[in-house]
Parts: sequence; structure tokens; C-alpha cells
Amino acid sequence: MNMRAILLFTGVALLFVGTGIIQSWNVSLTILNMALISAIMALGVNMQWGYAGLFNVGIMGFVALGGLGAVLVSMPPNTEALAAGGLRIVAGLSLGAATVIGAILVFRKAGKWRGWAVAAVLFVGFFAYRAVMDPGVIAVEAVNPASSGNIGGLGLPVILAWPVGGLLAAGAAWIIGKTALGLRSDYLAIATLGIAEIVIAMLKNEDWLARGVKNVIGLPRPVPYEIDLQNSQSFIETVTEFGFDPVTASTITVKLAYAGIFAVVLIGLLWLAQAALASPWGRMMRAIRDNEVSAEAMGKDVTARHLQIFILGSAICGLAGAMMTTLDGQLTPGTYQPLRFTFLIWVMVIVGGSGNNFGSVLGGFLIWWLWVQVEPLGALLMEGITAGMADGTWLKGHLLDSVAHMRLLTMGLILLLVLRFSPRGLLPEK
Amino acid sequence: MDFLNALVALANFVIVPALAYGSQLALGALGVTLIYGILRFSNFAHGDTMAFGTMATILATWAMQSAGISFGVLPTALLALPIGIAATGLLLLGTDRLVYKFYRVKKAKPVIFVIASLGVMFVMNGIVRFIIGVDDQQFADGERFLITARDFRTMTGLEEGLAIKTTQVITVAVAIIVVAILFWFLNKTRTGKSMRAYSDNEDLALLSGINPERVVMYTWLIVGGLATIAGVLYGLDKSFKPFTYFQLLLPIFAAAIVGGLGSPVGAIAGGFVIAFAEVTITYPLKKLLGYLLPDSLAPDGLVQLLSTDYKFAVSFVILIIVLLFRPTGLFKGKSV
Repeated sequence: MNMRAILLFTGVALLFVGTGIIQSWNVSLTILNMALISAIMALGVNMQWGYAGLFNVGIMGFVALGGLGAVLVSMPPNTEALAAGGLRIVAGLSLGAATVIGAILVFRKAGKWRGWAVAAVLFVGFFAYRAVMDPGVIAVEAVNPASSGNIGGLGLPVILAWPVGGLLAAGAAWIIGKTALGLRSDYLAIATLGIAEIVIAMLKNEDWLARGVKNVIGLPRPVPYEIDLQNSQSFIETVTEFGFDPVTASTITVKLAYAGIFAVVLIGLLWLAQAALASPWGRMMRAIRDNEVSAEAMGKDVTARHLQIFILGSAICGLAGAMMTTLDGQLTPGTYQPLRFTFLIWVMVIVGGSGNNFGSVLGGFLIWWLWVQVEPLGALLMEGITAGMADGTWLKGHLLDSVAHMRLLTMGLILLLVLRFSPRGLLPEK
Repeated sequence: MDFLNALVALANFVIVPALAYGSQLALGALGVTLIYGILRFSNFAHGDTMAFGTMATILATWAMQSAGISFGVLPTALLALPIGIAATGLLLLGTDRLVYKFYRVKKAKPVIFVIASLGVMFVMNGIVRFIIGVDDQQFADGERFLITARDFRTMTGLEEGLAIKTTQVITVAVAIIVVAILFWFLNKTRTGKSMRAYSDNEDLALLSGINPERVVMYTWLIVGGLATIAGVLYGLDKSFKPFTYFQLLLPIFAAAIVGGLGSPVGAIAGGFVIAFAEVTITYPLKKLLGYLLPDSLAPDGLVQLLSTDYKFAVSFVILIIVLLFRPTGLFKGKSV
């Protein structure tokens, strides 16, 4: 950390302190919590882009898979639904997996008719899978559709769900990486764009899994509930002793608890990432990024290394996704927008300084703060512009309604300007 | 009779819609593939370019409608198309000057161009939402159907009806005309030949005195035209919604890659492959099988292979298969 980094981090810290003083500490901590998660996502993307030059535009999909992991681990199991269709679903999924593995095995056995043989295996397997799976899905979705209608989860503590979310994302990343890595760089971008859309489509439609667009709400929390704190005698005594209002104090305590857990994860990951970057492995990665041909000539397996780092980076995004779902306490597939979960993270990495872990973290904090604050600022600006216009005119109403779209424009401009005039970002790689 | 009914049902629900959708995808993929061939990057802003062009055309259409201009049985949007194309062409030339030219002069890596196009996508998306909003816009006017299902039934006496929308016919007709002009331009004119030369071998083209900036300028203008036409046809056929246009990016890329990036013929073939696969796989086959199979074997369920919400999965799976087995695409494109 040099002088520049310290100054910039202090500046961002002042933004949050300023928000706390001018608006309220609740607002500031809400932004901070999501900023911590965004910083972790940016760290994952920076591994892929900064260390290895891999262009991933499917961050949203990995984040959503992490959220699914949180639901599947932490929600209580829905025993009635499991009894109704659980076995069939497990059998159906295994059948589907067996079909794919069978097709791959048939394909490996080279022969004259192998194309047809693979097609036949897939065709039969698909219908068998649907035949076994569909009744199970219908049975599960019929159980209490208004309140559940899904298989529920394992009922384990939600913290355990975070690594599981990472694992789910890593699995998806393995499939993508296996196919698209080793080809030209744009292909990976297009393939990740596709997988993200499919993950979201799956979350929205597979009601048996996580209730689809009906949303899963009320995920267990790793921190106490505000209402419990307000009812606890010892808590009230402690805060009134310091002269705080118990209600405000309870909300702030909960947010601080979240911030504490998230900060521990972030610092741990940052330490690991820095250690990895300084190790021989990190040197090899940078060598591959800077010149693939010579790295290959030195005997490095470029595609395998790329696959490795792509999986690692995606797993971190999945972990962050699980943390985000925990913080929200709900999984709402309808709210996953590529703009918010993919491109915003890219802006963070590029603005912060690609290749520099501290830069990504800084970008995460700064851009998230801007993302939240640009809207009120934009509204203020628009009100200023339209102040002179007569009330009720068409243009005035249109301009005021369009404030919500200012974010897109601002983020796009920030990305383009930084890429053009300061491509190494706020904290350049050494 | 049953066989004829099955054929009509197939035409009504699969062949006609897929032909129209395929033409729209093919025009979109042609734009992507041209940019790839000449400027050598995958343009992520293409979906939003289409949205911008469509928006400009819609605004011009509204202006014409309020001025009392109409195109008879055809949609007014076709008259407004040149205005939309001009606006989009200007926008693309502007973004090239402001954004891409800098990286071209610096000979930046293709992935930097892709990131820049991402930024452009944001800005264009913002502009479109800012001007027209995020809601659905229906702007088709004129005659709705060429043949309605009821007319077809009384005409032929078959049980199944075949409805052909005017917009579907217009889509296919316009696509054929545009593709014919494009291929004539690329193969016969001096500028078109210099574009192909530049795409094949940049250094050799420069040596023989081709002005790269001119080639790039014509490429953007043609791409603007193709994107606007593709977008307007899609909007006429379905409806205009900015977010849908962003999502069209995936099938369009899939079409361009399936055909072979950089190959115009491939882009057209790819567009139809993707469209037919998507429509067939998400269409419930119950009716069709009901006609073809004896009653005892007729299926109970809908026999829909995948629900329509998974249509992206279809393009994606085709994309993955092509990447795995034939990364250069059907018509040998580039795969550097």
C-alpha cells in the first residue's frame, strides 16, 4: 500500500462517514454492507480479468447460483413435499446426469455411427428424464403452493451456505470453461452471457427448486433479529446507558454485525488473493496474461491455468451471491438484472484498477456508493433543470420520470472515460 | 387428410413464425459478422443499436401518423425506415469517432474493443430508455393479416387454420431484398470489394492503397442500416421493448458463430438454424402428433420439449455444440 492507496481509501471512508452524518448511519451502513459484498465480487472478477485476462460477462449467473445455494442449505426441509416427489426428482436428475455422461462415453468410443449414437442416447435419455421428473415436479409444487411448493433446503446454519454457493458457481464455471476456454477471447464472453441468462431463466421457472418468481423469503440469519434485541433487557440497558434510542440502536447493531462478518470474509479473501499473486503461481498467471505464446513455450498449460482461475473467480462471485441473499433474507429471481450484477461489477474493476486487488476493493466501495447516491443526485439535478418550466408540461414530466435511467448513462460514461483516459484505473497494478 | 392437417398445423405454428424470426436474426447476425470481419471484435452494443434504430423509426412513424401520412395496407414504419437508418448511421459514426477510433489507432487488443462496446451498450441503452421509456410499444398499422385462420379453413375445408400475418410476409420480403442488395454491394462494387479485401488481409489491403477509414465508415453505415431494419422488422412482428432487444444479443451471436464469424452467408444460415431450433423445441407438439399418430398412441401431455422461457437455452446449447466440435462455424469463419 502506497501513499496514493491510503489517500484514496481515506477518501472513500470519508464518503461513508459523510453519508452517516448528513443522511443517517442506517443509510450509510446499508450502503456499506452491499459495498462489502460488491468488493468481494469485484475481487473475483479481478482474478479472472486482472490476473488472467479472461472476460466474464456472466457474473449475474454466478451470483444467482450462490443465492440458490443459500436457499438450498439454510431453509428448513419441506418434508411433505420431499415425500411427495423428492425421490422422483432425485431419480430424474440422476437420469439426466447419466444421459449426459452416457453421451460423452459413447462419443469417446469413436465409430462410424457415433454421431447418430450420441443423438439416440440424448433423445431417449431426455424423454426418460422428463417422464420420471415431471410427475415429481408436479407433486412437489402441489404441496402448499401458496406458502412453499418447493423442496426446501437442508436446514443448516446459513454461514455454511456461503461456500456451497461458491461450489455451485464453480460447477457452472467448469462447464463453461471446459467449452469456451482455449478459443478466442470473445467466445468466453458470449458463452458466459448465455449461461447467466439461462441460470436466471431456471431460477424463475423451476418452482420446485426455489419457488421461482414467487420468491423465497425469510431465510435464517446469522445475526440476531432487531425485535429480539429490542425485547432483550440487557441490550436496552446497555444502549440507554450510552444514551441511544433502543430501536435505532438495534437496527444499527444488526447492520454492524453483518458488516463485521462480511469484512472478515473480505479481508480473508484479500489476504489470500494477495498471497496468491505474490507466489510463483501468481507470477505464472501474469506471465501467461502478458504473453501466452512464450508462457506456452516455457511449458505452461495455458488453457488449464485459465480454467483454474476462471473457476476460482466464479466461485468467489458465487460466495458473494450467497452472502447477498443472506443479507437480503430472500431470493428474488425477478430482480437479477445483468446491468446491476454483471456490468456494474465490471465498472468497479476497471475504475478501481484491473490487476490490483486493492484497486478492485476500492472500486467496489466507490462505485457502489455512487450507484446508490447518483439517483437522488440525478433527481436533484433534473429538478434544477426543470425548475424554470411550467408545471404539467409534457417535457417536464418526461424528464422527471427519466431520472431512473440516468444511472445507465452515468455508468456507461464512467466506464468509457476511465477506459480511455486512465485505462489502468485509480490504483494501477505495479 | 390428417397428414394435410398436420402439415398446416406445422406451417402455422412452426414454419411461418420461424421463417420470419430467422430473417430477423439473420439480418442482426449479418451486422455482427460484418463488424467482426472488418473491425475484428464482437460488438456487444449491437442489440442496443437495433433498439436505437427501432426507436428512431417509431418516433418518425408517430410523426408521420400525426401528419396523416400512411402507407395503405403496409405499415407506416416502412416509410419511416430511411429516417431511422440515417439516425442510427449517424449515431454509429459518432461512437466510432469518439470511442473505437482511439483504440483502432493504438491497435488495442480485441478484448479492449469488446469492453468499450460494453460501455457503448450502456450509453445507448440509457439513451433509448431516456427517450422512449422501458414499456412495450406497438407501432404496426395497416392490414394485420394476409390470410386469417378462419379464411384459410373455409377456403380449403381443412380443420386446421393457417394464419399469415402481413408483418411476417414483409419481414421475409424485406430480408430477401436487403440481403440481395448487400451481396451485390459486397461482390460487385468497388467499395464492397475493398471491404472484403480489408476483411481478408488487412496489410495487403493497405498496401494496395485501400483507405481503412473509408472502409470502416462504410461498414458502420451498412451495420446501422442492417441493425435498424432487423430491429424494426422484429418490432413490427412482435413489439418493441428495449430489454428484449438486449436479450436478442444471445441468439444473434449464436447465429453469427454457428454460421462462422465473419462470413455473411454463414450469418444467414445461422439465423435460420437458431430460429427453427428455438421455435420447434419450444412448440407443443401435441396437435401435430395427434394428427400423425393413430388415436391409441396420441399423447396426453403437450409434448413440449422445453418451456418457452428456456428459448435462450436452445441458442446457448447450439452455440456450445458448435464451439466444441466446429469452432469456425458451418461456413469456415475466423476463429483466431
